[in-house]
Amino acid sequence: MENLDALMAEGKAAALAATDVKTLDEVRVQYLGKKGHLTQLLKGLGKLSNEERPAAGARINEAKEAVSEVLNARKAELENAALEAKLAAETVDVTLPGRQAEVGGLHPVTKVMERIEAFFSRIGYSVEEGPEIEDDYHNFEALNIPGHHPARAMHDTFYFDAHRLLRTHTSPVQVRTMEAQKPPIRIICPGRVYRCDYDQTHSPMFHQVEGLIIDKGISFADLKGTLEQFLKEFFEEEVKVRFRPSYFPFTEPSIEVDIDRGDGKWLEVLGCGMVHPKVLQMSGIDPEEYTGFAFGMGVERFAMLRYGVDDLRLFFENDLRFLGQFN
Amino acid sequence: MKFSEQWLHELVQPELDAQALADQLSLAGLEVDDVESVASDFSGVVVGEIFSAEQHPDADKLRVCQVSNGAETFQVVCGAPNARGGMKTAFAMVGAKLPGDFKIKKAKLRGVESMGMLCAEDELGLSDDHGGIMELPADAPVGQDIREYLNLNDKIIDVDLTPNRGDCLGMVGMAREVGVLNKAPVAEIDCSPVVASIEDQISIELQAPAACPRYLGRVIRNININAETPRWMVERLERSGVRSIDPVVDVTNYVLLELGQPMHAFDLNKLEGGIRVRMAEQDEPLQLLDGSEVKLNADTLVIADHNKAVAMAGIMGGGNSEVSEETTDIMLECAYFDPIAIAGRARNYGMHTDASHRYERGVDWQLQKRATERATALLLEIVGGEAGPVVEAADKAHLPEAVTLTLRHERVSALLAMEIPAAEIEEILTRLGLQLSPMQSGVWTIAVPSYRFDISIEEDLIEEIARVYGYNNLPSKTPRAELPLPSIKESQVGVGQVRRHLVARGYQEAITYSFIEAKLAKQFDDQHEAVALANPISAEMAVMRTTLWAGLSKAVAYNQARQQSRVRLFEIGQRFVEEGGELTQANSLAAIITGNRLPESWMGKSDKVDFFDIKGDLESLLEMAGDPDSYTLVADKHVALHPGQSARIERNGKTVGWIGAMHPSLQKQLDLSGPVYLFELELAELLEGTLPRFSSLSKFPESRRDLAMVIDQQLGFEAVRQIAKEQGGEFLKDVILFDVYTGQGIEAGRKSLALGLTWQHPSRTLNEEEINASVAAVVERLTNDLGAVLRD
Repeated sequence: MENLDALMAEGKAAALAATDVKTLDEVRVQYLGKKGHLTQLLKGLGKLSNEERPAAGARINEAKEAVSEVLNARKAELENAALEAKLAAETVDVTLPGRQAEVGGLHPVTKVMERIEAFFSRIGYSVEEGPEIEDDYHNFEALNIPGHHPARAMHDTFYFDAHRLLRTHTSPVQVRTMEAQKPPIRIICPGRVYRCDYDQTHSPMFHQVEGLIIDKGISFADLKGTLEQFLKEFFEEEVKVRFRPSYFPFTEPSIEVDIDRGDGKWLEVLGCGMVHPKVLQMSGIDPEEYTGFAFGMGVERFAMLRYGVDDLRLFFENDLRFLGQFN
Repeated sequence: MKFSEQWLHELVQPELDAQALADQLSLAGLEVDDVESVASDFSGVVVGEIFSAEQHPDADKLRVCQVSNGAETFQVVCGAPNARGGMKTAFAMVGAKLPGDFKIKKAKLRGVESMGMLCAEDELGLSDDHGGIMELPADAPVGQDIREYLNLNDKIIDVDLTPNRGDCLGMVGMAREVGVLNKAPVAEIDCSPVVASIEDQISIELQAPAACPRYLGRVIRNININAETPRWMVERLERSGVRSIDPVVDVTNYVLLELGQPMHAFDLNKLEGGIRVRMAEQDEPLQLLDGSEVKLNADTLVIADHNKAVAMAGIMGGGNSEVSEETTDIMLECAYFDPIAIAGRARNYGMHTDASHRYERGVDWQLQKRATERATALLLEIVGGEAGPVVEAADKAHLPEAVTLTLRHERVSALLAMEIPAAEIEEILTRLGLQLSPMQSGVWTIAVPSYRFDISIEEDLIEEIARVYGYNNLPSKTPRAELPLPSIKESQVGVGQVRRHLVARGYQEAITYSFIEAKLAKQFDDQHEAVALANPISAEMAVMRTTLWAGLSKAVAYNQARQQSRVRLFEIGQRFVEEGGELTQANSLAAIITGNRLPESWMGKSDKVDFFDIKGDLESLLEMAGDPDSYTLVADKHVALHPGQSARIERNGKTVGWIGAMHPSLQKQLDLSGPVYLFELELAELLEGTLPRFSSLSKFPESRRDLAMVIDQQLGFEAVRQIAKEQGGEFLKDVILFDVYTGQGIEAGRKSLALGLTWQHPSRTLNEEEINASVAAVVERLTNDLGAVLRD
């Protein structure tokens, strides 16, 4: 028993000296295993007297405990170090680009159309679409633009034959809706329209969103209020809005709307007016009972103003370097 | 319509400068496009008289002139070839400022002192003419400021009139409008009758009285066609954009600009017999004033004599009756034509004239007599001669009727959401020249003057009230409405979802033209004849697309030409398919991909896309839309697609689209690099999904068996899958394909498909025997039907 303290000290030192888990396990076996030094001491207890035996046993067990404690602590230490080394080895460059991060994007025309639709659909306008190859009646006649009306010259129409044409505005969708539905009517008509005109500021194809509301008691003031609010909300600015008398055969009075975004310049942005009584009559609505207003705007124009695009032709070139700017 | 501010001021004097007037007109619906100064800014230039012009001693091209400003004489060196003694010209004295802030200083030119500069028109910004120094008339007062002398302190106002305001296509109408807006008095034009001094008349027959219900003619003899048009008239014409031609034409043009009434003068001696206003014979020839030869259509109204057409009515006179330098006798014409008889005709001949512009929009039907008198008076003053009596042919039955309208005060208030006092309404309408009877029970009866032919219903009156009151002074509010719930179909997928789904998969949305080149249309679709435009803008935009692929392919080419090798585009839009005389225009969704599967990255090189990339995108869309099982791909050939990599997309047996690799030869023709893959699908089909239906979850374990089946190379997986599904029993949950193998161990012409089959029972664990039986049934049917062999 005289070397117990020495063994214990030896065991502790060996545990502390171990630099990996495997060596540490060997130390455990060497001192605490079945044939370990301290375990052997327990086996030697039999040589002692009954009086001495308990105290000696207790001392040996204390020594074992003490060595075991150091072993465990050292093991935890080594494992922790190993984990840290492993984690260190697993470090990545978090600034490297991620995998397949790429997304595409919506066309700016779509973005603007969706935005316009969003405002109006939330106040109960439904979105209506219609054919792009139209007949003369729905594109012109039903809108109070008879055959030789000078307003037809403003439209530069693409024709297929005497009756069929490419719609010059989305107003025929309004006509078709009025023919099919009874008031109250609240619709918004987005879509492609066509004019036979091609230069820097004109595209033979472009997009319009038109709106129509028909109900009892709709007034000029309703038109003004709706469009004033729309323009402010669309641009998210306190734009100045002014209403200028104009002429469209399908509205009376007719109005063009200008905005000033703070630079003192008036820009024409949309046309509108109170629906002409003849247009209502032709679609079977009594103008004495119902009134309404209609408005129409060029989507590309709004996109240009909203995003600062300076060339109309960019919208239809589909250059990825252009399209990618709206993602 | 362009006009001089000074001319306007002669008729009405608003207390506004030109810009303020322009703004006022714009806000009243007469949109001013431009306000332009007649001349650039310059000062210190006077009418100078050259006393003498001597050759410069040391320069061939220079002359030394002695120039007077009326008070003093200066020596000026000048290089203009037309500088000569006795002429009057524009003299910029020392200290003058010319356009471009160019100051005239004392100078020495080749050793000779020069005290100023003689100016050409371009140097004063009057025109681009640099042919020589200005030639001023002999009576120009020497020393007078040239701006004053040439009346250059004037502005030209250009108004873009809407088609309804034909009444403002003359100074009188414009002045009337300015008067209304400024509450200012408007001067009357003197149109008092010119008494006939000769008896000569011409006969007039109205053979098409609906088209021409009024025609006035007046003979004037012994005119001096070589007289000069007075400078004030030339100036007004020019400032309205009309060139001076000869005094007769100038006067008719002047009256057109002043009163808005087109007029014409014929050489009386070239007319045979009297005037007949009739419809043209089909293909009747007529040479016009501008020298062009036209064959007339039968829908065109002409002015004719007893042998021939002499003018295209309301559009342009004929060359055969033109006033020329030899003309001594003329017939003045002034007519009212029904706008419908004139509208569109000029356009049909590719023409547009000041006269047709006005007649199409309408002319005051009671103006003709006054216009004739006005023109006669002006003519006699300039070219002399003797006027005969005015001959008028009119058909009352076809002339417009005076318009009388009723206006309800209550309707005005309702439409404008504001009560404008009756007195104010009366005041506005009266200023506009309307005649109101006293209001009775809230209703006025109103006579509309003949010059406001655009006012025909009550709303037109309300518009006038609102316009003069000011749109921006009217109230604004938002509508009140009932709020019924809309119907929303849950199985319907939104088009926005489709767009965003593709965007999330790396696609960029494109918008391509709906019209394409005819050849391209054929290359992409040989099944349909594309609908062709009658008046396309170019051959590239001639027919309506039957597929969106053509436009998308061009967009790919455009991007490839700009170093974009990886392109993924989609488009949603209508396509136009005519079959058996029936035109279908429906929204279509198309996509195109080419280049690398993944963007270039540090993770290694990416493969090029293949058929299964585009198919994966299509399938993910179908999954998203919620009814993927209703679709199948059936291998089939398409003119634009690779014959071994193309398929019809079927839904419940109906073809709803196509998918595949672009045919390599088409790809080459379109100059596209790399394989290109496409699909196109009817959008409406895609958007029609299904409502989800719950089935209860099984608590019992799944069992999976993997099988490798060897089949002929050309057999499709779909057939295998179908059989597995049919034979696998009702508890077969899923069939997946986890490997396709050809090569070593598999005989040539065959392939091995590795299938994973999963079973699950809702209420118990399936036993080994049940599953083995199902597997055996699948293998047996595959063996019998497809000649498949189970691979060990």
